[in-house]
This record gives sequence, structure tokens and C-alpha cells, in this order.
Amino acid sequence: MIAKHENNTEKYMLIDGLKVKLEGEINVLQVIRKTGIQLPTFCYHSDLSTYGACRMCVVEDDRGSVMAACSTVPRDGMSIKTNTKKLLKHRRMILELILANHCRDCTTCEKNQKCDLRALADRLGVYGVRFDNSRPVQPVDATSPAIVRDPSKCILCGDCVRVCDEVQGMGVIDFAHRGAEIEVTPAFGKSLSETSCVSCGQCVAVCPTAALVIKGQTQLVWDALHDPNKRVVCQMAPAVRVALGEDFGMEASGISTGKAFAALNRLGFDYVYDTCLSADLTVVEESNEFLERLQNGGPFPMFTSCCPGWVKFVEEKHPELLDNISSCKSPMQMLSAVSRKYFQRPEWQDGKETVMVAVMPCTAKKAEAARKEFFHDGKYDTDIVITTSELSYMLKEAGIDLPNLNPESPDMPFGLASGSGLLFGVTGGVTEAVIRRCMGVKTSEALQTIAYSGVRGMDGIKEAVVELDGKEIRIAVVHGLANTEKLIKEMQAGNIYYDFVEVMTCPGGCVNGGGQPLAKKRQPIREKRTTGIYNADGMSQLKYSDENPQVKSIYHDILGIGEAHKLLHVHYPHPQQD
Amino acid sequence: MPQQYPEVDAILKAHGLSQSAIISILQDVQKHYRYLPEDVLIYVAKCLGLSEAKVYSVATFYDNFSLEPKGKYVIKVCDGTACHVRKSPLILNALRRALGLNEAKHTTDDMMFTLETVSCLGTCGLAPVLTVNDKVYPAMTPEKTEALLKQLKEAK
Repeated sequence: MIAKHENNTEKYMLIDGLKVKLEGEINVLQVIRKTGIQLPTFCYHSDLSTYGACRMCVVEDDRGSVMAACSTVPRDGMSIKTNTKKLLKHRRMILELILANHCRDCTTCEKNQKCDLRALADRLGVYGVRFDNSRPVQPVDATSPAIVRDPSKCILCGDCVRVCDEVQGMGVIDFAHRGAEIEVTPAFGKSLSETSCVSCGQCVAVCPTAALVIKGQTQLVWDALHDPNKRVVCQMAPAVRVALGEDFGMEASGISTGKAFAALNRLGFDYVYDTCLSADLTVVEESNEFLERLQNGGPFPMFTSCCPGWVKFVEEKHPELLDNISSCKSPMQMLSAVSRKYFQRPEWQDGKETVMVAVMPCTAKKAEAARKEFFHDGKYDTDIVITTSELSYMLKEAGIDLPNLNPESPDMPFGLASGSGLLFGVTGGVTEAVIRRCMGVKTSEALQTIAYSGVRGMDGIKEAVVELDGKEIRIAVVHGLANTEKLIKEMQAGNIYYDFVEVMTCPGGCVNGGGQPLAKKRQPIREKRTTGIYNADGMSQLKYSDENPQVKSIYHDILGIGEAHKLLHVHYPHPQQD
Repeated sequence: MPQQYPEVDAILKAHGLSQSAIISILQDVQKHYRYLPEDVLIYVAKCLGLSEAKVYSVATFYDNFSLEPKGKYVIKVCDGTACHVRKSPLILNALRRALGLNEAKHTTDDMMFTLETVSCLGTCGLAPVLTVNDKVYPAMTPEKTEALLKQLKEAK
């Protein structure tokens, strides 16, 4: 609404009597936050549309009118007060009314100290609720492989509804009914498993309470660790190492790779491996597949396959594109398959059952691991997937203080990775890694050229053109499924053409996955985590996946002739036509 | 799409397949089916490029939309202030008793009658009033209601 005013005189408004310059803020809340006053909010996220549902950010103007700061446009000369007697009374009352219809099992709730509602009740001094809970108790929906929904803990802020609709373009859940009966639900009151939910977990990441939480599987991991007849093998994804520390008060961009592996060792895993290594395998396989497609004439574009939310999205919304998706398994599934093969060797036949655990930044990985394509001989390739958040729960339960651990390294033969493998954690990373592999010139200048070719950054849709054997290769990198849908529409309308498209379901890529530690300020955190990944790549001596000696030895020593394709690739069948 | 809905296609076309016409579209769909069948709502959502949850959200927001099949005769008993003080609850009770319905059950098993209350029909001068498929019956009593029911049952 407020236009840019290069030539105009400067505009100001008064916040609690303090003169504040207007610099194109879209709402009064942003202006207030510039003064250092942190008005409480549940439903305001800078990356979502303004909704004005929670009314926590109410302010008063000089005529005594009360309005929500998030949905008020700042005007020149406007005067706003943020903490009048009236406002404090309103805010406490609004919070008390929200609490009235909220489940109060706080001490045993898994959100517990991380609950925004609880934190705000404390902050605003609401220590009693005078009203009865009139909302009928509804059953918990635990049908999804990744997400648990408990309607009795929903405060109707609509954050999940908007992230699902606006960022992911899915609209799986929405408000239904109205007045006292209003609720957030999938269409027709279905359970999540009956919907087209891709399990990305972005709703979990924005939910201020425990109405939406990750389906926890830590107990399964404990059970395996405590079973002497099991060999428990763990792999850790690239994006975990730049976020795990946040739950222990460490800096977001800090890399806690060594400490994280030490923590996994302390928990009692028999072998800890690095998913970055199998990301290297993915780069090699995916590059080969792309070069083959170039020879055989397609199909183009070739889409990346490592993001399970994206694969599910194609199955649900664009089954016609299934053949365009690379047949490579995701790095998680490659590592599980290869290490299972490794533990079948005669020297490992000690009667122990091998259990594959994966620590992922992602909720959709839980759904991926449970797909029927990965079920062979009575076993899933990956037995248990836990998220970064769940790992931090386990470490806290065990009293393992991450910041004070001495760094350790992952185990061989699946513990050495290149910087390219690390890049899988960020949007554009898979593409950058594949370009590195495909390009013949391997100099630091060439690396710089690739880094600045357009694949890095937070733009929703990025484009790059690289030359390969004299042919121009058109590349797109997209993150967020709403952006992806836009790109697909443009491609199908024939307006644009690409040879290679990388898709990450979550905005920013895996660093911002639904299983990562909860962050108040989502955008700055995801940028810090991204910096962490690039820094780690910068420090790695190995830059190219195909130069990783462990990758070579896997092909040579572990995978037999013809087995590479069987173990490293997967075919997702077309959904049956009705 | 396995199933075809030519009538719905006509309705959608009449509204130019516009997302913002969703309420009018649902009204027309309800006029055709006398309620909003789930499979039709899913079809409408797909055709308009809206999520199923969004269409469900609109359909459940307005009391006028019904996601349950309705009987051949939809009886709406007005329970606005004027009708209420002129004893509309007695009429409602008489109908419930006669049709074997209650607060939770609105439609008879033979799909002949659906009984609803409305907050005001805007004809307070005729109180207490009820409508049967939009035909207005003024100044009702429990006795007159029973006679009306009998007449409707014989008319089938």
C-alpha cells in the first residue's frame, strides 16, 4: 500500500510517543518491531499472508480505537500506543479465552517448553482461566506416517492452513464450520492419510502449539539400541549438522558435524555413517542418468528425485511427470540399501539383526522409508527415521550435552564425503553438485563460476544455463511446492523449457525441513543454516563426488556388476487408472 | 476422472469456471441435488483449481448448504423471536414426534421429510410460520401441522 517515495519528504509515525521513520513497512507491526518492542503474535509470519486472527498484536490509536497492528497499514503522522491499560486488559482476556478452549495437559505435552501459547501465558501473566472448556474433545489423528494432529490443542491461528496453501499450494487443511464449531481439518473431516498430504511438515514448523507435531519414533530407536541382538546403524543427513546445535543454544550457522557424530556414538549406535557420502553416490548416478538421457533424447526435463515430498506431489498432482523424475533413489535410501548389502558379507554373519536408522531434517522421509518400493525380503531398507528435533529430544533425555562433546568422525566405509554431498542440504545444492560432476574443467575458477551461475540464493525459482560439450543445458532450481506448480504450469504451457529441474519441497531446501529445530524467525535462521552448509563445503578438501575414494570403493568392492542399478535406483509406478 | 457430471459442468460453465463464484456454484449444485454430495464437491474443487478443503470450508460455513441428503419435502419451522413467542416450539415438537425425528436426526429414513429450524423467515406478521419446499404456511398450530403432514404423505 505504501509506495516508495524517493523524492517525497520522509514519513513518520509515532509509536508510544517515539518518532519512527516509515521505510516501506507493509504494516504497523513491522514499524513497531523496529523500535525494539516485541508485540506478541501467533498468526503473523513474514513469509505468509497477514491473517489477523489471533489479535495478540492489538494497539490503540490516539482516538482510543483498538486494532491489530499486523493488519493495519502505517500512515504518515499516525500515532499508536502499544501498552495502554486497555490493551494489556484486552491481550490478557484474549489469551485467557484462547486458553479456555485449549487442552491443558501442558506438563506432559510434547511441545511443553517450546509451546508459544504457554510462553505467552507466562509472559502476559495469565495464571488462571475463569472459563470452562466448552469444546468437545476430538480424536487425535495419527494416521499420517509423519504428522500427528490433535485438534484439542488447536488455537485456530490458521498458520498451518496458510503455509499448506500459500507456500506448498496443497491446501490439504482448511477451516471448516464456523462460530463455536469452527475447526481446522482436512476436507470432509477425513484423516491426513486419506488426503494428498506430502508429509513435508511445514505445518508442524509453524504451529505455535502441539496441534501439529512430528510423529515421534524415538522409542523405536531406544528399543533397538537396548537390544543386544541388534546391530544399530545410523546415518545423518547433511542439513542436520547445521541445525542440531540450535536446540542446545549454539549458533545457527555453526557446523556441529563432529559433535553430532560424537553424540550419535554416545547414544550407543554401533556404526554411524554420513548421508553426504550417499549424496555423492546420488550425484554420480544422477549425472550418469542425465548424460544418458542427453544421448537418448530424454525425457526432459529430468527432475531430481531426492525429495520425497516432491515425489509424492508428482504422484498426487502430476502423474504424467513420473517418468521425468530421475530413477535414482534418495541418498537416505541409497545408503541404507548399500550398507544392508555390506552387512550381508560373511564376516558380519554374527547372528545380529541389522537395524537402519536415519536422522533427517525431514518429516516426509518417514513416509518415504515406509513406501512399498523399499520393502524387500520382509524388511524396509530404512527401518526408522527420526528428525533432527527427535535426535535432540534423545540427546536431552540421555543428558548428552552437545556443545561440550569432543568432535568425532563417522565410521568407514561410509563416512567420507565430498563438499558436493554436503550441498544436498540446501536449495540448488543438488544442481550445483551435478554440474560440478558433469563439467570437465575442475579448477577453483570453475567452481566459482558454478556457484555464481544462479543456482544459489533464496529466489523461489532460479535459472541457470551451463554449457556441456558445446550444448546449452537449461537448468531450473525451485523450492516450495507452490513455486513448483507455477513452474510446471509454465513448462506445460510451452512458455519455458528446461533440461534439468531440481525440486525441493521446503522453502530453502532441507535446511528448512519440517523436522528441523523450531525457529521463531524462520527466514533468517534458514539463511544462517545455508551459510553453514556453504562454509562446510568451502572447507572440504574433496569437492567432486566422483573423486570421493569411498564412492569408488563402493562401486568396486561392495556393489557387484549390475547390482549398482538395482540397489541405487527405484521405479515409482504410475497410480492405477480407475 | 472416472465419473462424469454433465449437470455440474453446465453449472460451472454458466459461472465461467470462476473461483470467486464458488458460493453461487454451490447454490446451483444444491438446487440440483437438493444437497451437496461429497463426490460432486471434489469434482467442483478439481474443475475450479481449488483445494477440496477450501470448498469444504465454504460449504460448511453457510448454514444454507447441506452435506447430507435431504428428504423430498424440506420443512423449515421458523424459530425467530416472533414465531417463538407465538409457540413455534410446540409445532416443532409435534412434527418431530409425528416424523420420529430429533435434534440430531433431521431426515426420515424413507427420505420423504427433512425437518429444520430457521432463525427468521421475515414474515413475522404471519407467525408462527413454516415452509415446505419454500411454500409458506402461515399462522400454524400443532393441529394444522398434523393435517398438513397427512396431506403431504397422501400426495406422494
